[in-house]
Amino acid sequence: MKRSVLLTVNGERHEVLIEPNLTLLELLREGLNLKGAKEACGIGACGACTVLMDEKPVNACIVLALEAEGKEIETIEGLVKGNDLHPLQRSFIDHYSFQCGFCTPGTIMTAKAFLHRNPKPSRDEVKNGIAGNICRCTGYENIVDGILNAAKEI
Amino acid sequence: MSEYLYVGKSIPRTIETDKVTGRAIYIDDLKRPGMLYGKILYSKYAHAKIKNIDKSKAEKLPGVRAILTGYDIPDVRVGFIKDQTVLKKDVVRQFRDEVAAVAAISPEIAEEALGLIKVEYEVLPTVFDPVEAMKEGAPLVHEVDARGRPLKSNILPLPWKFYAGDIETGRKASAYTVKDSVSTTWVNQCCMGPSGCVAEFDMNNNLTLYDQTNVIHLGKQRIMEYFAQIGLKGKKVRVVNAIVGGSFGTKLDTDIYEFICMQLALKTRKPVKILFSREEEFFALPPRQPAIFDIEQGCDKEGRLTFRKCEALLDNGAYTSWGATTPSVMMMPMSSLYRVPNVSFEATCVYTNNIYCQAMRGYGNPQANFAVETSMDTLAEEAGIDPAEFRLINRNQSGDETPQRLKITSCGLEECINSVKEKLDWDKKKKDKKKARGVGMASLIHVAGGARVYMSDGHGIMIKVDQNGCVDVFESGTDQGQGSPTVISQIVAEALGFKPEDISLTMGDTGLSLWDAGTHASRHTFMAGNAAIRCCEKVKKQILDMAVQYMPKLIKGGFKRKKRKDPDFVQPDLDYSLISNPEDMDIRDRMVFPKSDPDHPYFKMDVREIVRSGLHVGVGDSRVVVAEEFYDPPTEMLDREMKGNLSMTYAFGTTGVEVEVDEETGEVTILKLIAAHDVGKAINPTLLLGQVYGAVYTGVGYGLTEEIKVVNGRVMNPNFRDYKMLTAKDVIPITPVVVEPGDEAGPFGAKGIGEPGLVPTAPAIANAIYDAIGVRITDLPITPEKILTALNDKQ
Repeated sequence: MKRSVLLTVNGERHEVLIEPNLTLLELLREGLNLKGAKEACGIGACGACTVLMDEKPVNACIVLALEAEGKEIETIEGLVKGNDLHPLQRSFIDHYSFQCGFCTPGTIMTAKAFLHRNPKPSRDEVKNGIAGNICRCTGYENIVDGILNAAKEI
Repeated sequence: MSEYLYVGKSIPRTIETDKVTGRAIYIDDLKRPGMLYGKILYSKYAHAKIKNIDKSKAEKLPGVRAILTGYDIPDVRVGFIKDQTVLKKDVVRQFRDEVAAVAAISPEIAEEALGLIKVEYEVLPTVFDPVEAMKEGAPLVHEVDARGRPLKSNILPLPWKFYAGDIETGRKASAYTVKDSVSTTWVNQCCMGPSGCVAEFDMNNNLTLYDQTNVIHLGKQRIMEYFAQIGLKGKKVRVVNAIVGGSFGTKLDTDIYEFICMQLALKTRKPVKILFSREEEFFALPPRQPAIFDIEQGCDKEGRLTFRKCEALLDNGAYTSWGATTPSVMMMPMSSLYRVPNVSFEATCVYTNNIYCQAMRGYGNPQANFAVETSMDTLAEEAGIDPAEFRLINRNQSGDETPQRLKITSCGLEECINSVKEKLDWDKKKKDKKKARGVGMASLIHVAGGARVYMSDGHGIMIKVDQNGCVDVFESGTDQGQGSPTVISQIVAEALGFKPEDISLTMGDTGLSLWDAGTHASRHTFMAGNAAIRCCEKVKKQILDMAVQYMPKLIKGGFKRKKRKDPDFVQPDLDYSLISNPEDMDIRDRMVFPKSDPDHPYFKMDVREIVRSGLHVGVGDSRVVVAEEFYDPPTEMLDREMKGNLSMTYAFGTTGVEVEVDEETGEVTILKLIAAHDVGKAINPTLLLGQVYGAVYTGVGYGLTEEIKVVNGRVMNPNFRDYKMLTAKDVIPITPVVVEPGDEAGPFGAKGIGEPGLVPTAPAIANAIYDAIGVRITDLPITPEKILTALNDKQ
C-alpha cells in the first residue's frame, strides 16, 4: 500500500505517494528526477549515492524514502546558487578532483558535511572523512586537494 | 616565440563542469520516451544441458513486454573467435551464460519476471583448473568450434609464440641463471558507473545505440556484422556515448548484454535499457585475464642479460574475449623490457568453465611485468648485484631496436631508475637494513604512440570555426574520465592560436566523427593530439588566407572612421606587404599578426574580427572555415613472428617502494612509493598526475588486496564489501616523478600515460616485501595470509 511522505529537497517541499520499500535514492532519481546521486554498489559500501539528510551524509541507496519524512534533504543539485558553483564544486574543477565523475556528486556531499563538522581539517583527516566514498579513477590525492582548498574558502 | 601558452599548463577541467553539478548524463540517467527495461537470466550451473525453458508464467506478468531465449533469436555466433551466441541454447558453459532476457515497463517487473522463468538443466562435468583442462580426458567446454567442427581439446587455436635469437646460445653465455614460477589472478576493473546501454530502432530498423564503448567505430562495425547475419544487412547504426563512468578496459569489447539489448528493442519496437547491477558487474562482465608464468633468465658475469625464456598459461574461461589476446601485449615486456638478446615466449590459452576475461588497464603488461620483474630480482640476487644496479646495466636506451623490432626513439628509463634510487635513499636503505623494512623496484615499457593492432591505427578529426570565433572540434575518440576534452582543447588552442575557452569538443558519436581505432592502449592524447595539430594547420591556413584578404580592408576602414570623427587624423603610411602573404602571418592567443613584427601597432588583429568579416559576405565570397585530418602513423602491424614496430614511441617508467611488514599479522604498509615516468612531455601536468595516481592505486590493489574469488566457476565476492579496493584511508604516500625527454613523434613531444602507472606497481611491492622479510610471494595478491604462511614455511 502506498504511503504519503512529506519532505524538503534542496529547499523545496514535496509530498509524494510511494511504495514503502522505495529507497530514498529511487525517490530522488526516479520520483523527483534528480539524477545527481548515483547508484554504484546498492549496499551502502561506496558512497556514490551520498546525500545530506538534516545535514548528515547518508547512503541514499540503503535509506528508505519513508525515513525522510519531515526531513530536509540536500543533493548535489542543491549546491549551485544561481550561477555560482559551491566552493567545493569550483575547487573540484580547479584541482582535478574528478575523472569519470561518477562518484563525484556523492563525494562532494560527504565533503560538504565533513567540512561543516571540521572546517580546518588536516590532510589525513580529510582522507578519513571520505573513506566511505570509493573512487576508482583518481587515487584520491586530487580529491583531497580539492577538499582542502575548498576548506579555505568556506 | 617557442614558449607555449597552454601546452604544459595545468588548465582546470572547466569544460566538464557538469560532472560536479550532477548534470552530466550517464547511461544510468538516460531515459528515452517509451523506454523499457531489460534484465538477463543467467545460468544456474557452470556446465549443463538446457532441457527445457518455460516462460509462460513470466509472460503473463503484467508489464512484461518481451521474453527472449536462444530459441527465439537467430543462432548467430559473436565474439573474438565466434565461440558464443547471444543467448545460449542447448548448453551453458559458465555461471554467467545468458539464458533468457526480459523487457518490461520497469526494472522491478523485469526482475520479477526472471524469477518466473523455469529452466530445466541436466548437469554436465566441469573443469575449472587450466592445468587439468589441458589433460587428455578432461571435460570438454566446447564440443565444436565456430564452424561446427568437433573439438578434441580445451586448448584454444591461438598459439602465441615469440622467438628471437637463440636460447641455448644465451644459456651458454650465462654465468648465472634463475627459474621462477609466478601467477596472477582475476581482478575486476571496478568502473564506478555500471555497464549499460539503450538500444533504439527507428521504423526502418536503423539503430541508435546509446552506449559507453571506447571503440565507437569498431563497436559499430561489430554490430553491422551482427546485423548482416540477423536479416538487418545494410541497416544504419549510430553509436552515441553518454558520459562514461570509467572504462579501464571493460568497454573494449561489444558485450553480450549489448546484443541482448538490441534484440529486446527489435522485438518490442521500443527503446530498451539494460543497466547492470554491481553484482552483474562482477560476475557477468569479463575481468582482467589471470595467467601462470614459468620464467627463466640468465646473465653473464657483468650482469648483462643473456636470455629470457617464459611459458604462460591462461585460463580463458568458457568463451573468448580480449583476454585471450593479452599474450600479444605480454610479448612486449617479455622481449623488450631491458636489453635481452635471446627471447622465447609461448602462451597457451585454455577453456575452462570459469568466467572469461578481457582487457584491463595495461592489458597483459601487468601480468607479464610481474613475471619479468620477479625474475630480474631473483637473478640480481643470484649474480650478487644490487637490483637497481642490475636494472641500470640492462636498461633500454634511446636508439635501441628491441628483439621485437620496437624502435626506441626516446627513453628516460635511466633517469627513472635513478630518480627512484635517489628518492628512496636506496643505497643507504640497502646498507643499513632495518628489520622488516625493505625497498624494491620494477620498471616498465608500454606502447605510447598508438598501437597498430588493426589495419588502421588512425584517428580522424574535424575542426570548424564559425563567425563568432567559436571552435568546434569533432573528434573520433571517447572520454571515459581521463580528461581528453581538456587536453585536446589545450592542444587545439595552442596549435590554432585560440584560447581553450573558445573550444567545444564533440566526442563519442559515430555520426559526427571520422574513423578512430579506439580510445585504448594509452593512445588518445598521442593520436588525437597529432591529428589535431595537423588539422589546425589547415584551419589556420584558411583563416590566414582570409586575413590577408580582409585585414587591409578592416584597417583602412578603421582609419576612415577615425578620420570622420577626427578630421586632423593622419593615416599612417603602412607597409601592407607585411600582411599580404598568409605564410608570413600567424595566430596566437586569438590575435593574428605578421611573423616579422608580432607586436605591430596596426597589424595585430583579433581573429574573431577576421572571421566575422570574412565568412558570410554574399554570393560567391561566403565561405566556411573547416578542415579534417586523418592521422595514421607509419607504424607496423606485428608480422607472423609477432615482430614489428607497432607504436611510434614507447613509455618507460620505474616504480620504487619502501614497505614495512608486520611479521605478526602479515600486514604490509607502504611507507613510500616513487612513480617515475618518462611521459615525453606533460600537456597538462596535473591531469597527467591524476592518471599516475589512479593507476598506482589500482596497481597497489592488484599487488595487495584485489582478487575476484572464483570457486568452482562461481564469483563469491561480487560486491564492494568483499572485493577490496583501496579507499582514501589506505594512504599510499606517492611521490610522482615526471621525466620529460620529449619525443619527436608526439604532439608537442607527449607520450601516452594512461596505463603505465599501474604496470610495475605490484612487482615493485613484491620485491620490496622480499627485501623486508626474505620471503618471496609469487602469486598475486600478496595477502597477509600468504605472507604468514610463507614466513612459517621459512622457519
